[in-house]
Amino acid sequence: MKIIQRIGLILFLASLLIFVAVFSLGRFSLTTQVLGEVVGKANPVYHFLLPHAEPILNKEFSNQFSFVSELNRIMENANIDLIQDLGISESVADEYTSDVFTSEGLQALKPEGYPDSLWRNFEDQISWMIGQTYNADEFKKRIREFNHHDLVIGYGVLNTKDIVFQLTKASTVGFLVEYRWLFIFICFILSGIGAMLYFIPQLKETPAGIKNNGIFFHAATNRGWIGVITGTFLISFYVVLYWFPEYLTNWVVLVDPLSRAVSGNAASQWFLYGFLYTVAMLVMGIRMLVKYRHSKYQQVRTVSVMFFQTAFAFLIPEILVRLNQPYFDFKNMWPLKYDFFFEWNIANHVEGGTLGMFMLVWGILLFTVGVPVLTYFYGKRWYCSWVCGCGGLAETLGDPYRQLSDRTLKAWRIERWMVHSVLVFAVVMTGLTLYTYFTQSYSLLGVSTYDVQRLYGFLIGAAFAGVVGTGFYPFMGNRVWCRFGCPLAAYLGLVQKYKSRFRITTNGGQCISCGNCSTYCEMGIDVRAYAQKGQNIVRSSCVGCGICSQVCPRGVLRLENGPDVDRTQAGPIVFGNDGVIKLSEELYNH
Amino acid sequence: MSNIVIIGNGIAGITAARHIRKLSDHAITVISSEAEHFFSRTALMYVYMGHMKWEHLKPYEDFFWKKNRIDLLFNKVDEVMPSENKLKLANGEVITYDTLILATGSKSTFYNWPGQDALGVQGLYSKQDLELMELNTKNIRRGVIVGGGLIGIEVAEMLRSRNIAVTFLVRDTAFWSNVIPKEEAELIGRHIHEHHVDLKLSTELKEVVKDEANRVKSVITNTGEEIPCEFVAIATGVTPNIDFLKNSGIEINRGILVDENLKTSIPNIYAIGDCAELKSPLLGRKAIEQVWYIGRMMGETVAINICKKPVAYNPGIWFNSAKFFDIEYQTYGHVPSVLAEEMDSYYWENSTKKLAFRVVYNKQNKQVIGIHNFGIRLRHPVCDKWIRNKISVNEVMRNIRDAHFDPEFYKTFYTDMVNQYNREKGESVKLNNWSIKRMLGIA
Repeated sequence: MKIIQRIGLILFLASLLIFVAVFSLGRFSLTTQVLGEVVGKANPVYHFLLPHAEPILNKEFSNQFSFVSELNRIMENANIDLIQDLGISESVADEYTSDVFTSEGLQALKPEGYPDSLWRNFEDQISWMIGQTYNADEFKKRIREFNHHDLVIGYGVLNTKDIVFQLTKASTVGFLVEYRWLFIFICFILSGIGAMLYFIPQLKETPAGIKNNGIFFHAATNRGWIGVITGTFLISFYVVLYWFPEYLTNWVVLVDPLSRAVSGNAASQWFLYGFLYTVAMLVMGIRMLVKYRHSKYQQVRTVSVMFFQTAFAFLIPEILVRLNQPYFDFKNMWPLKYDFFFEWNIANHVEGGTLGMFMLVWGILLFTVGVPVLTYFYGKRWYCSWVCGCGGLAETLGDPYRQLSDRTLKAWRIERWMVHSVLVFAVVMTGLTLYTYFTQSYSLLGVSTYDVQRLYGFLIGAAFAGVVGTGFYPFMGNRVWCRFGCPLAAYLGLVQKYKSRFRITTNGGQCISCGNCSTYCEMGIDVRAYAQKGQNIVRSSCVGCGICSQVCPRGVLRLENGPDVDRTQAGPIVFGNDGVIKLSEELYNH
Repeated sequence: MSNIVIIGNGIAGITAARHIRKLSDHAITVISSEAEHFFSRTALMYVYMGHMKWEHLKPYEDFFWKKNRIDLLFNKVDEVMPSENKLKLANGEVITYDTLILATGSKSTFYNWPGQDALGVQGLYSKQDLELMELNTKNIRRGVIVGGGLIGIEVAEMLRSRNIAVTFLVRDTAFWSNVIPKEEAELIGRHIHEHHVDLKLSTELKEVVKDEANRVKSVITNTGEEIPCEFVAIATGVTPNIDFLKNSGIEINRGILVDENLKTSIPNIYAIGDCAELKSPLLGRKAIEQVWYIGRMMGETVAINICKKPVAYNPGIWFNSAKFFDIEYQTYGHVPSVLAEEMDSYYWENSTKKLAFRVVYNKQNKQVIGIHNFGIRLRHPVCDKWIRNKISVNEVMRNIRDAHFDPEFYKTFYTDMVNQYNREKGESVKLNNWSIKRMLGIA
């Protein structure tokens, strides 16, 4: 047994190492063909890029960093040329004389011979200023922004960052591309086999039951060096994924054939992310199934998150794209999916015909009807630990880290402030978005909707949910995002706390205050504090993972849906002390 | 406002302190030489096994004590001087009290085996024992455990978690068969084997053999067998930890003798928990009950006696719980290892799933006396109510689903249990569906 497990571990680590190595294995060569494919030969930008690309055409680079920096140079220089030729002069701002900014006035500023399509783009960008008092400085600022950031977009391609990403990916040559299937086999099949060889023998090794032996001695699960490496790797991965995708094109190249097989399109970094996410959940989900093989609750729940991730989050949206329908994850909902009400998303669905409209209605019904009704009957667990993708990853990949969640009173205080602040932020941001949608006014009280959306996307959507939420698993436990940042969890929690049948029942006086429940609560709930008093646990943050009930050595805790009257059974006396119970009313309720 | 001093910060002493604070403004000082803060003794094993760290064992955060004006003193009491209402500490300091609560717990019982003073021989009760065990079991190959009770099996689980070979010497013919009936004892015995523990039944320790360095080298059993080992855990029970009271004038027997109000022979001194011995034990109960829950109940009771009015200690229907490796155990009421003349019982077991259930009842009037369950969780308030109300065994079987406490989706065996019951006992009980109304009736 031991030997098989060791082989599995070595296999897994070796393929992981190869996967990491792939990150830097690409060779790159830019050709006119690639440039034409990515940008489009008919696109005027092509002709701006070509002269600057000339020096490196057909040259082979073995270093991604120097290749990307070459591309950045090309972009920059092409942009300078573009601005020179097609930039809008800031001086037009001074030509405007009227007090109020009108669309007729704006139209009059169009320079002679300026391309119509580009001008329309510019108008779109600043249309929010129309109807307001004219502010020349603000106008200049927007011109500068347009010139520097959006000129390329003006030609209907992508922003420069995306062009660099696409060019790098399309320029990849050499054995990484030639032996792509071999790498796919090693990185995703062999590593999976390795993991299975490691997990499955545990079925026979010891009788089923809670086996948390050595968790606090192990460098991976007790913030040791393995944990630090894992965390650093995850954090770096998210930083590169969100802000420097042009550096992980090798991995994207690797999954290209898979993407083509599923959606018919080339892979983006998001396909790579979705794919890795799903693979991680499936592999670690099997680990959960092995570890908790004695618990039907854990098994059903784990299969549920594995299913929802694979089918709803990964496959169905890609297949929808293949069928020319809008990309849609039927189980993801506002406010976790914070861009649901963004103009482009609504437009997408409206254009998507009947199915698109259905998705829109479905998405609204989910959080307006689905959340209150299902949370009333089953608690927020129906979503957080059965359906949700973030929750699913936390319950599978994150399970080995659940004991690292801070359970102090201080952490609870911070958590309440933080998670509810994010909910308020999400609601305000969405309110602003809808205001803009219906009034077509792009700012309210001087606050630009777009800026707020962008800030939310950066701070909450990327930095918090991704970098901190997953990257901090090995440091702060597997539910950092769900505890401190998820606005949907906050919303579900409010329903769970004030109107729900869900509670964790404490079994009379059987608690021995051992602390296993509190230690293994991924949400950092001090479960013991309630159980040792004989109280039921009703907490807005509880995701109902059921692990407290599993690790309890005395069978004291049970997740239940029952009548919502007096759910906590709060009393001053722990069950069983007959001599005292009779006096409790008189003594404690003055 | 008076000055209350509590010796011992275990579950009994701390429960007393908490409830005194709830009920009064008395000054409270808790003295302990074991640990600075209250911890869960029952969870010591999990620190050794790496399930938890020491800090996880503390049920209250460290700020709790100051916030609730409970003074903690990390010191050892050498002497109690009741005539002067004073305590003498190990560092010579003298402390006065108005009311004293003794909650000093237990210590491991050693039966004067030859060689028991060898290095590597120890009991497991205190924090210090845990620390010692950590040292004593470093890089060892085999440990021997003496005594087949709850501490013994905990030590077995601890050692196995570190892949240390275990020989388990048990005096009885089956594991813990002086407490639980034979079928259950054998079920647990099989499970112990499953965990690769060398369980030696009907075997006692005769002698500990030391090497030149005074370390344990092997043990010799009463069957004459010599078992090489580097560690011996003595788990043959615990004794009240009251040596320091020998000459205090407080009346003691095996434990500190207390009346129904938990008062000792000295009016302003009380004793609770493991160290207390009831002068007149309750019917069917022992004079000393060294169990977590008893400490907690006595702590609550003594607080009311001190702060409010005299109230007799009355722990109600007996309950307890344990875990034998992977098999959880709960017991309610009285389930003796050998049935008394007037008793009968019904036993159900699922050997492959390691589940068992037994109900004990009166032969004549069929009233239920006790219930216990292995690998199945049953609801405490429901079982308590059944036993308290002395309902008939048929009623228990009919409504067994009301006591269901296993996690959701678990396979249940109630139909099987009732069918077998009907077959064996010639009854025709029809299993009721789970009833929220009946359940709420007891809540």
